Amino acid sequence: MLAVENLEVSYGDVRALDGVSLEVPEGAIVAIVGANGAGKTTLIRTIAGMLRPEGGRIMLRGDNIAGLPSHRICNLGIGQVAEGRQIFPTLSVLENLEMGAMLPRARGEQAKNLERMLAMFPRLDERKDQAAGTLSGGEQQMLAIGRCLMSKPNLVMFDEPSLGLAPAIVQHVLQTIRDLNREGLTCVLVEQNVAVSLKLASRAYVLENGRVTLSGTGAALLADDRVRQAYLGM
Amino acid sequence: MMTVAMYLAVVLFARFHLDPLLMMLPIAGLLFIIGYVMQLVVINPFIARPEHSQFMLMVAVAIIIVNSLLIIFGPDAQAVQASYSFDSFALGPLIVDATKLYAGLAAILVASALFAFFRFAPLGKAIRACADNYTGALVIGLDVKKLYALSFGLGAACVGAAGAIIVLIVDVTPPLGPAYTLLAFVIVITGGLGSMPGALLGGVLIGLTEAMAGLFFTPSAKSMFAFAILVLVLLFRPQGIMGRKLS
Ligand SMILES: Nc1ncnc2c1ncn2[C@@H]1O[C@H](COP(=O)(O)OP(=O)(O)OP(=O)(O)O)[C@@H](O)[C@H]1O
Ligand SMILES: [Mg+2]
Repeated sequence: MLAVENLEVSYGDVRALDGVSLEVPEGAIVAIVGANGAGKTTLIRTIAGMLRPEGGRIMLRGDNIAGLPSHRICNLGIGQVAEGRQIFPTLSVLENLEMGAMLPRARGEQAKNLERMLAMFPRLDERKDQAAGTLSGGEQQMLAIGRCLMSKPNLVMFDEPSLGLAPAIVQHVLQTIRDLNREGLTCVLVEQNVAVSLKLASRAYVLENGRVTLSGTGAALLADDRVRQAYLGM
Repeated sequence: MMTVAMYLAVVLFARFHLDPLLMMLPIAGLLFIIGYVMQLVVINPFIARPEHSQFMLMVAVAIIIVNSLLIIFGPDAQAVQASYSFDSFALGPLIVDATKLYAGLAAILVASALFAFFRFAPLGKAIRACADNYTGALVIGLDVKKLYALSFGLGAACVGAAGAIIVLIVDVTPPLGPAYTLLAFVIVITGGLGSMPGALLGGVLIGLTEAMAGLFFTPSAKSMFAFAILVLVLLFRPQGIMGRKLS
């Protein structure tokens, strides 16, 4: 569904992505693993149109979408649950969710989707008139996921969705991602928790200093000595 | 921008005898378009530049506007004499000028419309979302450039409405704009940057202070009291009366 070819991205003189290629098949969970500063967030933000690549292509079902502005890319069905959640703290929970459906592709079904999200995340329903900034970390992550799903995406890129959450809530977040995938959502998953994300993923890529150094099925990387040493501490 | 609106009202009145209060909406509409286009064409290229260069840009725009108005209308004060300019109402012991009453009502109307827009309209909420978390707005695909242009256009429209209202009360001269900009700055900082109720409260507070100072001391000392309030607020509540705490 999505194919990234030789992507190059820099911040000023600093090259953050140096010829990254990867493929995201329809219906898959694709994990991206890498140390801090490897370029995972940069990759996601470039695909999302928030950063402009210097070179390479981003092919969505055969069309090059590299360089399109973020609102156009979102409207093509590529959603993002961003690093740091990026909710709107002074807006209410309900307003946050509504903002997720401002895109032309989702505006018509806003009411229906809102109902679905509140049923899916009952905690948000209980707190829907509260300012989003007053939610707990786990609730904010649910809100970020719900807000993203309000746009009816076909592909969602999750950037460290479990960062800073208690283990029980991490389980809940990962279970939510798995359920969404079962319902047909294609997922790109960046996770600190490498073991779990490799178990979930059908394909995985290891990113180091802006380059893909390893790739394969999740199970193969989980068994790979280099991965076990560098990321699983074994 | 406000002086532009005031001159528009003056010209419309002098040429076509159109009442400024009726012209409030069309003038606001025109200013909206000017503001929207100005944001897209002039200001957007500066959006990523440091704040002082954005500030210089706005100063430059203001200088151009003031001097264009000077060239077109000259330095003399111009006024609108509406049919009700000298009417007044007696409210008990108070005597209220009709113009000030109408102007006050119109101002309340505009402020309520603005509140309602930001509270209920999807686009109003989206503008608040952008101000709340810029990255978040990009993440969910809000068209940030368009929203910026929209908010700038709305700002210009409000100022346009204000100009059409205020021309009933105040004679207009080209340098009036910068004088009001300073006053607006004092009000917004006093009330709390980024808070609409704060701005309203600041406006009432500063307005009352100036009026009282003019009444009990001397009119020429009224700005002194307004600035005294500003200094007091900055000393004891640097974020403004209703402003959020800066972390
Ligand atoms: N806004 C920026 N300006 C300059 N350099 C940046 C910026 N954002 C990221 N970088 C640099 O780009 C490189 C990749 O950063 P990126 O945030 O993509 O890493 P990451 O893999 O997401 O790391 P983490 O696991 O810490 O989230 C890093 O060296 C980082 O310092
Ligand atoms: Mg990151």
